[in-house]
Amino acid sequence: MADVKLTIDGDSVAVPAGTTILKAAEQLGRSVPTICYHDHCTANGLCRICVVEVNGIKPLVPACLTPVHEGMKVTTASARAERARRTILEMLASAVDLSQAPEIQKLIGDYRADRARFPDAERRAQPILDDNPMYHRDYSKCILCWRCVQVCADDAQFTYAINFTGRGFETAIGTFFDKPMPETTCVFCGQCVGVCPTGALKPKRESLLEQELSPDEIMQVIEGGKKSRGKPR
Amino acid sequence: MADPDLTRLPSILAELAPQGRSALLPALHAAQRLYGWLSEPVAAAVGCALGVPLADVCGVIDFYAMFYRRPVGKTVVRVCRAPVCAIAGADAVADALCRHLKVAPDEVSSDGDFTVEHAPCLGLCDQAPALLVGETALGHAAPEQAAEICARSRERTVGFVGGDIRSLTANCGDGHPTSLDEYRNRGGYAGLKKALTMTPQAVLAEVKASGLAGRGGAAFPTGIKWEGAAKAQGQPKYVVCNADESEPGTFKDRILMEEDPHRTLEGMIIAAYAVGASRGFIYVRGEFPHAFKVMGEAVEEARLAGALGKNIFAAGLDFDIELRLGAGAYICGEETALLESIEGKRGLPRIKPPFPTTHGLFGKPTVINNVETFCNVPLILERGAAEYRKIGTEKSPGPKLFCVSGQVRRPGLYEVPLGVTLRHLLFDLAGGLNPGRKLQAALMGGAAGAFVVEKDLDVILSFEQLNGAGLPLGSGAVMVFDDTADMREVLKRTAHFFADESCGKCYPCQLGTVRQYEILDRVASGHARAGDRERLTDVGGTMIDASLCGLGQTAAAAVLSGMKLWPELFEAGGKGRRAKGKEQSANSKEQG
Repeated sequence: MADVKLTIDGDSVAVPAGTTILKAAEQLGRSVPTICYHDHCTANGLCRICVVEVNGIKPLVPACLTPVHEGMKVTTASARAERARRTILEMLASAVDLSQAPEIQKLIGDYRADRARFPDAERRAQPILDDNPMYHRDYSKCILCWRCVQVCADDAQFTYAINFTGRGFETAIGTFFDKPMPETTCVFCGQCVGVCPTGALKPKRESLLEQELSPDEIMQVIEGGKKSRGKPR
Repeated sequence: MADPDLTRLPSILAELAPQGRSALLPALHAAQRLYGWLSEPVAAAVGCALGVPLADVCGVIDFYAMFYRRPVGKTVVRVCRAPVCAIAGADAVADALCRHLKVAPDEVSSDGDFTVEHAPCLGLCDQAPALLVGETALGHAAPEQAAEICARSRERTVGFVGGDIRSLTANCGDGHPTSLDEYRNRGGYAGLKKALTMTPQAVLAEVKASGLAGRGGAAFPTGIKWEGAAKAQGQPKYVVCNADESEPGTFKDRILMEEDPHRTLEGMIIAAYAVGASRGFIYVRGEFPHAFKVMGEAVEEARLAGALGKNIFAAGLDFDIELRLGAGAYICGEETALLESIEGKRGLPRIKPPFPTTHGLFGKPTVINNVETFCNVPLILERGAAEYRKIGTEKSPGPKLFCVSGQVRRPGLYEVPLGVTLRHLLFDLAGGLNPGRKLQAALMGGAAGAFVVEKDLDVILSFEQLNGAGLPLGSGAVMVFDDTADMREVLKRTAHFFADESCGKCYPCQLGTVRQYEILDRVASGHARAGDRERLTDVGGTMIDASLCGLGQTAAAAVLSGMKLWPELFEAGGKGRRAKGKEQSANSKEQG
């Protein structure tokens, strides 16, 4: 396919038509931050951390989804884009437990985002769901990147065990009428756990190790199918 | 709770099953009508019949506020809590209803008959404070009417229709639907008949020449949209009518549908002919049950009269229309979210481009226009573009409907040629302010709009003039607030609406609408913190710049506009403005 020429932060680059701004920037060795984006999942432009400024377009555009076009002039770190990134990170920190999301923690540092910017903000705190021998679900850590839902569905497994519940800020990941995982179509392939960026989904063994159980105790918990004796959060 | 009797469900589902997932909303509506709410076995039966994964069924039920996963009263009483109804005393009505029924909001009365709920906006702003009692719209509700309201003895109320011209609203104003015969006797379907004697290309050219711009809020040129769909590859093509009017302050499409349903149908059929579409959908918001019923009856009438179906008016055109009822989601007024909803999904906006003209309903070329836009089309065809353009200004041709609500003497729907002043609309037509009151502000363009004050009253209502003044025409809503209104309360209510109605897809809006509401909530109660103005500026700016769809991009518009006009309202420790009765003695409490 014919190459498309564009400039990113003033540097020229030629990439095949259909390439996204994100991939074109990577070719120039420039990194645009991402959160929800995953190379093996359908990109949806949810987190908007990758927004960049394109000449002639008023709103910022998501680099992960926007294909390049001939003569495009991209600015990856304009004041507006930086403000949006910082504010999104601050709002995320105000709502979600990011303690086990190292990539997002790094971004918070990079963008000098203030974790305490929104005092008295409602958080999306939820109890840990421990309903199967394979993984824990701690949706207080969920950033709604959609990866788990997508790999459970058309991006990989075609199992459709999980989808969304609620709406807006109250959106969460859930099963049909909140049924425990073993009562759903879940086949315990583990792909959702593999793509989760924040530790919301975690292998049970890892979680029990963190709770300082001994290997023997862990085996007992998992094989006995008993509830975790982990310390309460 | 006992398992519901599932024996009556299969026959209903069997009828819908061939449509698969796209029948999910109709199936859930049908099941809920039968059982009152959607229990697990009922939801599972629906999913199995339509071939929809059960987790997805649950996701769809949860997305729409009017579907319930818990028992509700046989009659749900919805009390509007949008700004205009709030200022008119809707909360007192809700309290009185709850007291009368001895329930808290969202609870079921002990006899199982009632649930009282707050609703985001019922599209009855001209009759504030407004309620929807079951399927009956009641305006001008008062707390002392609680018993009467619960006895179901009050009849549906209707609003006032007026204006300088009566072309779009020629058949509106008496509260009753215009029948097909009446419509035809008054010249209806003449535009379609004329169109059918022309080539589709000529019809398209006429609509382009008319200069009609979309009346749903975005003002995109209708002819260009149609041309895109006409040229696009792919069959079948669809014509979709966006009747999900949900912007607080807006009620024009409801009145057009309730009182002159055939005008919309005629516009849609002409569009189908021009672009080569064979199927149409009308998506009516869930809070408009009466409009849904009237449109359904009109479609039946039109089919019997040969205006819909095969070989329309013996001119060789095949086109039929199906109705869809929404279920309580403002976001479905965003065109791609609406298409998702017709497809039986959560109403999440799609990434654009591609646009619906090439990738619309079921991925096929689709024309999607607002009710009022379609209503302009018969006029254009009947009179010809040149004659049509004599209405309005050169750059904003045509008639326009304005929804005037709030603290004016005569709230109502007003039809004017584009080009009159705001002062003319508010004072000459809507009668100005109540005796002894002064204008504090008017919110133009709906909740996602901007405030104007006294000095702006001579602004000319046309796309080009308003654009120049940095004001939105939006959907034509003008909400008026006099000097008794607490603007902090108005802003808080507006923010609450957006937080309630965000779909949750993109982070700026999912998080930003809630953080914005929390700040305005403390501002309204006189507890603004140091730095709240900067927080609102950053949250608002981020929503405008980085949100995925129009909802998020405009969810801060009114707030930012209010901050410019009344910066003192947002100061920590500063004196609030006209917070009647509750002076902020506690202002010094928080100094963040």
